[in-house]
Amino acid sequence: MSLPEQSLHSSPHLPPNNSVRRMMILVILALIPGLLAQVHFFGWGVVVNLVLAVATALGAEALMLRLRRRPVLPFLGDGSALLTGLLLGLALPTLSPWWLIVTGAAFALIVAKHLYGGLGYNPFNPAMVGYAMLLVAFPREMTAWQPIGGDSLGFLDQWRYTLTGQLPAGLDYDALTAATPLDTLRTALGMDLTLHEIFTRYEHLSPFGGHGWIWVNLWYAVGGIALVALRVISWRIPAAVILTLFLVATLFALPDPDLRPSPWFHLFTGATMLGAFFIATDPVTAATTPRGQLIYGAGIALLIYVIRTWGGYPDAVAFAVLLMNLATPTIDYYTTPRVFGEERR
Amino acid sequence: MKRRLWHFHGGLRLEGHKDLSMHTPVTTAPLPARIVLPLAQHIGAPAEPEVKVGEKVRTGQRIARATEYVSAPIHASTSGTVVAIEERAVPHPSGLPAPCIVIEADGQDEWIERQPVADYESLDPSALRNVIREAGIVGLGGAGFPSFIKLNPGPDKVVDLLILNGAECEPYITCDAMLMQEHPRRIIDGLLIMRHALRAKRCIIAIEDNKKVAHTVLVNALQKHEAEFIEIVQVPSIYPTGGEKQLIKVLTGKEVPSNGLPIDIGMVCHNVATAAAVHAAIAEGTPLIERIVTVTGEALDRPRNLVARIGTPFSLLLEAGQWREADTAEVLMGGPMMGFVVPDLGVPVVKTTNCLLARPRSRPHRQPAMPCIRCGQCARVCPAQLLPQQLYWHAHARNFDRIQDYHLFDCIECGCCAYVCPSHIPLVQYYRFAKTEIWAQERQKQKADRARQRHEWHLERLERRKREEEERRRRKKELLKKSKAAGGDAAKKAEIEAALARVKAKKASRQTARANTENLTDAQKQAIAAVEARRQRLRKGSDSGGDAQ
Repeated sequence: MSLPEQSLHSSPHLPPNNSVRRMMILVILALIPGLLAQVHFFGWGVVVNLVLAVATALGAEALMLRLRRRPVLPFLGDGSALLTGLLLGLALPTLSPWWLIVTGAAFALIVAKHLYGGLGYNPFNPAMVGYAMLLVAFPREMTAWQPIGGDSLGFLDQWRYTLTGQLPAGLDYDALTAATPLDTLRTALGMDLTLHEIFTRYEHLSPFGGHGWIWVNLWYAVGGIALVALRVISWRIPAAVILTLFLVATLFALPDPDLRPSPWFHLFTGATMLGAFFIATDPVTAATTPRGQLIYGAGIALLIYVIRTWGGYPDAVAFAVLLMNLATPTIDYYTTPRVFGEERR
Repeated sequence: MKRRLWHFHGGLRLEGHKDLSMHTPVTTAPLPARIVLPLAQHIGAPAEPEVKVGEKVRTGQRIARATEYVSAPIHASTSGTVVAIEERAVPHPSGLPAPCIVIEADGQDEWIERQPVADYESLDPSALRNVIREAGIVGLGGAGFPSFIKLNPGPDKVVDLLILNGAECEPYITCDAMLMQEHPRRIIDGLLIMRHALRAKRCIIAIEDNKKVAHTVLVNALQKHEAEFIEIVQVPSIYPTGGEKQLIKVLTGKEVPSNGLPIDIGMVCHNVATAAAVHAAIAEGTPLIERIVTVTGEALDRPRNLVARIGTPFSLLLEAGQWREADTAEVLMGGPMMGFVVPDLGVPVVKTTNCLLARPRSRPHRQPAMPCIRCGQCARVCPAQLLPQQLYWHAHARNFDRIQDYHLFDCIECGCCAYVCPSHIPLVQYYRFAKTEIWAQERQKQKADRARQRHEWHLERLERRKREEEERRRRKKELLKKSKAAGGDAAKKAEIEAALARVKAKKASRQTARANTENLTDAQKQAIAAVEARRQRLRKGSDSGGDAQ
């Protein structure tokens, strides 16, 4: 007597309580507060970036899955390409031309993800590879941020600008764009100004970060903490990034408060919180052992500080994450945790 | 007094589904017309049949004996005629048939004369263990390790703590809970016997806190003087608390060493049903011929617990639970976390069959596996504190050296990792595969090593023979030369004497060394000595009825 359609698979036989799709969707939901804050401060440019980046990412994913003869729908539906598109879209300047966004997203998915074997096999964070490639190849376009509180374009004007590069009459590119707080700070410090002079001269900067950027960072942190609470991401990586950045910045700022911005400035400006909670925690490319995650996060924070302070680029999250991605296998190998019943080390 | 408890890493809070089978009291399953008794129902060597086809047997009669230390005898679970000794389908994940003794029941259920032990406390532990061994008792919690071995701490080990495991942490399974509820005294009396065999100082009966009734019943059944050394402890219902190492950690905060046994830290752990079986063996002289089986699942109309004779076909028990066959997607032996799918429902209940779980079609639960995204959810729940994602990576890559660096063999196959895996990877299957491959490689290597060594010995022997031949020739030549030079009888005499001496020496050496063992390594000599000793012991053992030492 035997049952039809029997399945001879191994235990456990309970339905799984988790899925990649569920995890990705939760991450995407947690991005929304920060995303909305970014839209609030930078206008429709953010939305246009996201739409183009996500559409390209999904298209490239589908194309690559088809070329690699993988089932398209299950992988497209897992949400990972969507998330890559979102993260890249959020990282790009709001006055990017369409080809910049499309090139970046396509590069992220095709080269950084699928040429390395697709979901689960890519050693580098795809969104950050896309971002770094654009930063190296198109440095001028990558600075086209709008100032917070400055003029912003309407929905249709934004689309027209992104797609054709035409601004509405009376608006001028140079008037629309401004250096980001980190960029401003770099340039000003390069001109031998003290922090006190910088904060009085540039109104969009404060000792606690760039105006608006503080809020954006705070809202990303809120979403990130929710993810930690839901156990979608481990607390270790964001905690290590934030604490290490705080400590290192304090260490340098204490003896030299006129030239080194406060730890708060570092935490609440640029992509710090987005990086700590959403980019550094990409499971595929991050360290996976508990101690390894602490080292990995601390390494990212150190690199962020080093590159921001002495490096050639104003912000550093992308490079810091990519460099630590490189170290991930080694970190994991040397931080294998103590097994149950093994002597305590 | 509230006892301090510890935590083990990871684990899962699972839905119990225990009510399902706990509404009705335990009933006795019908006696089947035909009983199939596999010779290997335990960990260790299969038992060896002692009956012939056509022979009449009585209930409780030993029909297969244990020929090695790690083994257990098999008893006829009802009276009747042996109709076959052959390979039959058995409940095993591999689905491969295995040797069984088949008995056509006569329906009389006529017992052998049982010999209870009147006063077990007067019996020395070794004799007690022997009775338990002869009763065929193995761990009834699921692993089926011969119990008498776990009642033998060895000469220089002190047992601080004897733990009876009534955690029963797997969902759906309730046979231990029902046993505790209905027969608390059998468990406690069994525990007292085990305590005597081990000379254990303290005892704990551990019960998961979702079994309140069982806990209360046991507490009430405990006599005042017993309460001085027996503690009944509730432990949190976190799967897999019932794992031996996890339970010890929860109760004592101590960790059984990796690759070690509980006895290494002065503890022994037995299942509650095993204790009851020990009690039956000592107090009634009843060998292990029946056990409680939970027959449950959403594809049954009347899930329940049944006392079933070992050898009863699964289908008979499912029918007793009013099984909706058409509605059944699959039947598992064991719980949903560690059990396996039974492809053939004619297979018999064995000593380790704790649960039959019939799952309805309405529960689709397999989803296609996606690539591992290394999220680490598995490591978070792993009670052995392993890195399942790395184990998977190396198992997938068939990197069997590296996977052992990640302690593959500390994996208890509890299934927590696969349950939380967002990519739905059958992780446990990968680990089982890797373990099996490594075992196979090990065996291959041993075989090759032996063959190579044999070959080397062979060459050495040839070489030696050649050397000896040359030596002989050389000496003869010398003698000839000498005798020519001396040219006298003295030389001839000397030659004859030398030849005589050689013959004598040869005779003497033949008497001392029986086999040509002089070229073997020390380890090999020791192995041979151990084999000899075992042979001696076996010879002695079968003479005196076999002490389990």
